[in-house]
Amino acid sequence: MSSVLNDTMAAAEEGSIEEAAGPRRRRWREPKLLTGAGIVIVIVLFGLLGPLLTQDPYAVDNIGMTPPSGDHLLGTTQTGEDVLAQLAHGTRGSLLIGVMVGAMTLGLSAFFGILGAFVGGILDELFSLLTNIVLVIPGLPLMIVIGSYVEQKSIFLVAGVLALTGWAAGARVVRAQTLSLRDRDYVLATRVAGESTWRIICVEILPNLLPVLSSGFVFSIVFAILGEAGLAFIGIGASDSLTWGTMLADAQNGQALLLGGWWWFVAPGFLIAILGCGLALINFSIDEIINPKLRPARARKRSS
Amino acid sequence: MATLEVRALKKDFPVREGVRRTLFPAVKGVDFELNAGSTVALVGQSGSGKSTVARMIAQLERPTGGEILLNGQPATFRRRGMREYRSQVQMVFQDPFASLNPFHTIAHHLERPLLRNGRVRGKAALRARVEELLERVNLTPADSFAERRPHELSGGQRQRVAIARALAPEPTVLIADEPVSMLDVSIRLGILHLLARLQREENLAVLYITHDLATARHFSDEILVMYQGEVVERGPADDVILRPTAEFTRRLANAAPEPARTERFRRAAARYASGGDGDGDGDGDGDGDGGAEPSGAPGAPDASGTSGTP
Amino acid sequence: MAKAPVLTVDGLSVDYVTDRSVPAVDEVSLQIHRGEILGLAGESGCGKSTFAYGINQLIRPPGTISGGSVTFHDSSGEDIDVLKLTGRALRAYRWDKVSMVFQGAMNSLNPVIPVHAQLGDVFKTHRPEMSRAQRQARAEELFEFVGVPTNRLRSYAHELSGGMRQRVMIAMALALSPQLIIMDEPTTALDVVVQRDIIEEITRLQRELDFSVLFITHDLPMLLEISDRIAIMKNGRIVELAGAEDIFFAARHPYTKELLRSFPSLTGTRGDFIRHGAGIEESGEE
Repeated sequence: MSSVLNDTMAAAEEGSIEEAAGPRRRRWREPKLLTGAGIVIVIVLFGLLGPLLTQDPYAVDNIGMTPPSGDHLLGTTQTGEDVLAQLAHGTRGSLLIGVMVGAMTLGLSAFFGILGAFVGGILDELFSLLTNIVLVIPGLPLMIVIGSYVEQKSIFLVAGVLALTGWAAGARVVRAQTLSLRDRDYVLATRVAGESTWRIICVEILPNLLPVLSSGFVFSIVFAILGEAGLAFIGIGASDSLTWGTMLADAQNGQALLLGGWWWFVAPGFLIAILGCGLALINFSIDEIINPKLRPARARKRSS
Repeated sequence: MATLEVRALKKDFPVREGVRRTLFPAVKGVDFELNAGSTVALVGQSGSGKSTVARMIAQLERPTGGEILLNGQPATFRRRGMREYRSQVQMVFQDPFASLNPFHTIAHHLERPLLRNGRVRGKAALRARVEELLERVNLTPADSFAERRPHELSGGQRQRVAIARALAPEPTVLIADEPVSMLDVSIRLGILHLLARLQREENLAVLYITHDLATARHFSDEILVMYQGEVVERGPADDVILRPTAEFTRRLANAAPEPARTERFRRAAARYASGGDGDGDGDGDGDGDGGAEPSGAPGAPDASGTSGTP
Repeated sequence: MAKAPVLTVDGLSVDYVTDRSVPAVDEVSLQIHRGEILGLAGESGCGKSTFAYGINQLIRPPGTISGGSVTFHDSSGEDIDVLKLTGRALRAYRWDKVSMVFQGAMNSLNPVIPVHAQLGDVFKTHRPEMSRAQRQARAEELFEFVGVPTNRLRSYAHELSGGMRQRVMIAMALALSPQLIIMDEPTTALDVVVQRDIIEEITRLQRELDFSVLFITHDLPMLLEISDRIAIMKNGRIVELAGAEDIFFAARHPYTKELLRSFPSLTGTRGDFIRHGAGIEESGEE
């Protein structure tokens, strides 16, 4: 009798907790996530639609270095190219690199992190060794070496190098998380139920890694865009496309600062900063989802 | 023939000390039998090896030596035999907050084992079986519980789901590894009652792992006391608890809190039995020392009897 | 004989303020007498730990003390209004007059500092006038008191067993000879045999040094053995407060009875538990 009594009591209690948690959870998540997502969406739309609405970014005119005006909303470069048009195409290029690197990094870090940790033994040792080696390969010198062999560096080559040198950190985080998930009781319970290894990884473990993986994905986009900008700025970036990095490099070469052409480098610089900010905000809110300690209101309910 | 028999079961764990690798013997040769309809309790302190025994029987840990026989057949760790074994031997874990995947609904947890063992065909039949399982563990209304996720349930409710999941493949052996030690005290007995009823209904062979002597005594037919990887005492439940022969069992039994057998409460019992002289607060004795005599005669059984009824 | 109180709590309320205000402790009043062990029993979430934190002003946001008073009756005869203390006076009060042993406290020892140095830090902070030799002597004395060999003074936390670490924590709580020690589930993580050693140690020390103890746990049988009086807490309120014998033999509140029933007797008759008790569960289902 007492058991039934307690169950109904427990059920009633749970009902109220549920009710309380719903609106509160949404409230704390809103501001950061909304601001971050808003910034990112605006920039993505600009990158997608901008190039369709602006003029040819390479069209040269003889009105070099004009400040923003009605004709050229963001002014022109030294050779008279429209900065707005360049910015639109550059946004597209930078985002493309970011997403490509993000996807490749995600795949690599998930593969090496999850498989090694779950299978364990020799495979884990090998994967860890590989991860650690990649972790210490510096991207910049590698790019310089590659740059000296390849004349025409495509955007895909740059993305490939950034992904190859950037996945290791994520893999280590994923591995650590998988190691802790692997020995959770619910994974053991599915093993007792006789599920196959693949099913356990895909159905039981992977969903619980989603926050970590998506946070890693967002981080690697920021990493890739900044990395590409850095490479382009010192002249070893992609030579076939426009990105924010190549714009900054051109502005530097065109002595924009010396000639007072602030509009040339402020525009791409601003977008890099604001996109990084937006993605970081998204990452923070993902962090709060992963880590219950960042959620004071919910953490309290667990403890007595 | 025993449903499940364990012979000379051993487990060594490798321990790394700097460069050196040594073996730590967690279980040093354990034998026992589980029979349909009866419960064996494995009692011991943390680190005694009792959970390792459970995990070996559930095939989560490979034994270093010895044999596990299910219906007389040696259990293999190869894929083919494993499937049949796993539908027969199920386990309930200690921590109800960790044993359900937070990502999946309650229904998902129960559907998988049902599907895997191929006992149910068709969506409607599957759903009906899921709800039937939930009703058997007193989670009603079943259709509302089926769609919830673990975080919406209390600890006791989760443990009921875990029990339902273990029952889904219609096993013959159930291993309960400290099934109530993480739960609030007032719901523990409810869960144990539930296990006892299900055992009777299904004629299950149950292995109950616990550190709590009192529930072990009441819940099981036979008790095995483990200490440092070995069984130091075994026998019918009442014999082991009330007339322990091994030194360690005696220490365990004496250490368990049991107010009824202290001098202070025995004296008070006489007072309350004789009508009571009100609250004897400031009697000045106040020596509630845990002298805790083992007392071959159970300490004041009437007293503990009256504690249940007002 | 009415005993002198050491701490009087009057109508203490603690709320957790988030979207709405949730009372965790709801107008709790009680008195702890000098030289007694007062047990506080309840299940997780009943507010017993919050109460312990409340009387020591250790509540952190989003929790707030929303009402009531806590008065400490010092042995010097002075009454201290605990909730009005701030800054240095509060810090001095906390270890000096009332100390705490937390749940899982044994894991709160600093792993990279030997235990005697951590004990020494307590004296450096609260008794700056003590010399190095005095500190050492007092630390040895305390270790002897709680049954830890003095040669373990230079050990690090990881070199001590769980029971030893908990003894060290009790030694630290005793360091300044407080008049009241609040113990919040001090033995919950320990094995039964070790737990027995620790509670015997606590009751012995309490008799010898005559401090008061507020002992908080969910383990009612253990509480019954060691406490003079027991308060049963549920949903932030004390539903019953009586002498241990009264609680055991003549509990009045249904919740107290339910808690008592939840602990089957080790040596008593098998009686109304499982074998027949199974019938109880089933009849309850209908």
